Amino acid sequence: MTEITEVPSPFCGIGTDDLSIQVDGLDVKVIENGCAVNTPAFEQAVTDTSARVDGKDVSLEVAVAQAAELLRASNQPVIGGCATDVNGMRGVMALADRSGAVVDNMNFTGARRNFLALQDTGWMNTTLAEIKNRCDYFLVVGVDLEAFSPRFFERYLWNEESMFLTDTSQREVVYIGKAPSGEASTSPAGGKAKILPCADADLPEVMAVLRALVKGKKIVAENICGIAVSDLQAVAEQLKAAKYGVVTWAAGTLNFDHAELTVQMLSEMVKDINTMDTRCSGFPLGGKDGDQTANQVCGWISAYPARARFSSGFPEYDPFLYDSNVMLANGEADALVWVQAFNAAAVPPQTELPTVVVARSGMTFAKEPDVFIPVGTPGIDHAGHAYRLDNVVAIRLKKLRDSGLPSTADVLNAIEQAL
Amino acid sequence: MLIKLTGGTVYDPASGIDGQAKTLYVQDGRFVKRPADDVKIDKEYDLKGKVVMAGAIDMHTHIGGGKGNIARMLIPEDHRNDPVHRSDITRSGCGHAMPSSFTTGYRYAEMGYTAGFEPAILPINARQAHMEMADIPILDKGGYVMLGSDDYLLRMLTAKKDQKAINDYVAWTMNAAKAIGVKVVNPGGINAFKFNQRQLDLDEKNSHYQVTPREILQVLATAVKEIGVKHPLHVHGCNLGVPGNVETTLDTMQGIGGLPMHLTHIQFHSYGTEGDFKFSSGGAAIAESINKHKNITADVGQILFGQTITASGDNMRQHANHGFANPNKWVCMDIECDAGCGVVPFKYRDQNFVNALQWAIGLEIFLLVDDPWRVFLTTDHPNGAPFTTYPHLIRLLMDKSFRNDMLATIHPEAQKMTTLASIDREYSLQEIAILTRAGAAKLVGLEDRGSLAEGAWADITVYTEDADREKMFEKPDYVFKDGELVVVDGKVVHTKWGTTHIVRPDWDISVEKDLQKYFDRFMTMKVGNFKISDDEITEDGRGSLTTHGLNGVT
Repeated sequence: MTEITEVPSPFCGIGTDDLSIQVDGLDVKVIENGCAVNTPAFEQAVTDTSARVDGKDVSLEVAVAQAAELLRASNQPVIGGCATDVNGMRGVMALADRSGAVVDNMNFTGARRNFLALQDTGWMNTTLAEIKNRCDYFLVVGVDLEAFSPRFFERYLWNEESMFLTDTSQREVVYIGKAPSGEASTSPAGGKAKILPCADADLPEVMAVLRALVKGKKIVAENICGIAVSDLQAVAEQLKAAKYGVVTWAAGTLNFDHAELTVQMLSEMVKDINTMDTRCSGFPLGGKDGDQTANQVCGWISAYPARARFSSGFPEYDPFLYDSNVMLANGEADALVWVQAFNAAAVPPQTELPTVVVARSGMTFAKEPDVFIPVGTPGIDHAGHAYRLDNVVAIRLKKLRDSGLPSTADVLNAIEQAL
Repeated sequence: MLIKLTGGTVYDPASGIDGQAKTLYVQDGRFVKRPADDVKIDKEYDLKGKVVMAGAIDMHTHIGGGKGNIARMLIPEDHRNDPVHRSDITRSGCGHAMPSSFTTGYRYAEMGYTAGFEPAILPINARQAHMEMADIPILDKGGYVMLGSDDYLLRMLTAKKDQKAINDYVAWTMNAAKAIGVKVVNPGGINAFKFNQRQLDLDEKNSHYQVTPREILQVLATAVKEIGVKHPLHVHGCNLGVPGNVETTLDTMQGIGGLPMHLTHIQFHSYGTEGDFKFSSGGAAIAESINKHKNITADVGQILFGQTITASGDNMRQHANHGFANPNKWVCMDIECDAGCGVVPFKYRDQNFVNALQWAIGLEIFLLVDDPWRVFLTTDHPNGAPFTTYPHLIRLLMDKSFRNDMLATIHPEAQKMTTLASIDREYSLQEIAILTRAGAAKLVGLEDRGSLAEGAWADITVYTEDADREKMFEKPDYVFKDGELVVVDGKVVHTKWGTTHIVRPDWDISVEKDLQKYFDRFMTMKVGNFKISDDEITEDGRGSLTTHGLNGVT
């Protein structure tokens, strides 16, 4: 039995790297600094060790050959999921280039709300260490942050020391939209977050009014979607009075039509505040299921985010047309490769098409895929790299045990070579 | 495999060979002595009448790291105009302003370049820079790690830590980030922007730390020299793009007191305030100062007209210039108490007075700096123009009548504000070889590169002589990388992986104690997880590290 300290996690998105983990053969136990997201993700048992074709155990070579056969017969394969480490994603890109596939990260439909805003007007954003040391006013829009990331407050807002705040417990936290599900946002000094609740679908209107107030526009209404305009006015004034305000949102939870316009409204408001003699930054939440990793790697290899098509022999990007779920539903694809090395519960979409699944050991299926190849999990079974939510920091994942499972990159590169 | 390159006209400034016919021999990737007559030659290339140079080295090009990838994400419409098909031997991608990684490697190689150095590696983003560069085929690569706006250094300065402690921190960071040089961008300014300062002149104090850019330059230039790093401190100065910044730049050169210092994209720092538009050329004054100060080197950062995107660590200045974004979208980031970045698309226009004069200022500096060993050919890719414009830039330097024809087409008021028409100088092939090969290798501190001498690695470019220098330089007959033929007639025929060039200066182990405390208290990762290990570069079987020597440490 060994104990490994300072273990980084690829699961929570916020790059916690202080976990202590006990390894006993294939059993992994988080003994320090676990959380509701990381502990189960690390501790999930290895069950499948053998690849399968049509439900029967086969050697890796046979499974790879069969996967290549299915891709060879396909005119428009899609590679969905794309939840893996940097090397795994490099494998996805090489395979897509070779087979003319569509690459589509499973969180892209949420992330699209950010990309559309980014590619239309841009933004001013910050990263975790800046929040930890500088942020004096924290506005959470439309997301239950502690459910998203249980240790966010503990690590990045209620940290004992910061370089530029004398007392971190005096930071102000305000929620607009969803209310927090627990007490993580309550400061160590007992200060509770201010909550201005509204329905998700009302956020476009509420944020438009907040931006108008920031810009000093007069609002005639007294109440917007259940929130008193005077409360929003107070938020606007506090954002402008803060030395380093931060506005956070999670694109994935903004589940209403044209939520990209709300992301844009927030981002433009942040830009506005930076012209009012103070600083303010946006902070998009994400980083789960390898989504930042997929977008970064696809970004440097194709120049586009991770929803791109390679069937013309060169990369083409369309955030709507190359949605793999839409393509499967409309009969625009004829084979599916599902890559998910992190989360055995994230199963492929249901389809009658030939399906190859390259996924974490332990995934169970309503309908057995044509080919299933269990792979190791980056940061548990092999070393690797994964991106944090803030898009700048890649963490170095450790190998914790010797499971003998191949990596995503091993498998995808073998399929690509077989083509 | 023994290769014979027969009878080419060789330009190898590193060996003092200037246009002599010479036969070269290559074995196992390096140049070797002429073998005995009975040794079998495996492959001979008849290069009679051809121009032979070492592979070119771009000593300042943004090819790896987060801001480049933000730039890619920001402008899909730019990529759509330049799709790059896959082939049996090459990967697909996109080109133009901020090409994808594979395309970057192919297009550099197709112009005869065999190495490129990323000049702005944030320590916290160094993993990404190396991972991106690991996906650039053919080229050797490396980078300069950015310091000077990191809170750790500024805390040291406020606490009056001695130079030795700073040297240890700089050396530690270079090792942790796998760098070959040290860069400073708007010294302290990126940090000051986080405290809402919007400008920071050379002697202006950071409002929190009470430290000035001049002090930062002094301690970092001293550190780089004292730890023996050959590449001088690489400086992106104060006040980028601000009319009148020529005075700051002259003061920066003068003020460093003889320490080795490289001023990058100096064109952007050479502006006066004369004339009807309060914007004038400081090119002559800057060139004169470079000529006088032998400790100073500079690359130009030439602008060329057209669409590009600017990606810089200098978010203070990028934010100030966001109003010029074209198309109108831009990104600024504060990053990890380390630095920041700003990404602003730009369209330089020849009929815009300022852009036209920027173009002329860059050329003035090229032509008025006497010593070709101390000036370097860059566009600060992609900030002044994409690197694919280099053959055009070379023609502007080598061909006075072409240059004057171009000059006649730009904004008429800009024509009046430049002395360019009166400058007769035309660069020779040997001088181009110095700027882009021998001089660059020397400046970066590369051993056995940028030269055709025995023992050097066989990175070779072969051109067909052509009076139209743009045509000549955009399509080499052959390019060899480490002795392997990778390009024929300007097209990639074979790909391989280059190495990553680094240095490993010594540091006192005790420095890590303080750093560990700092990381635990204020940073978001453990110091042990911050440091990049060798195997992160080499474990995929493609990457390798080449460690270069240091100057004698005093």
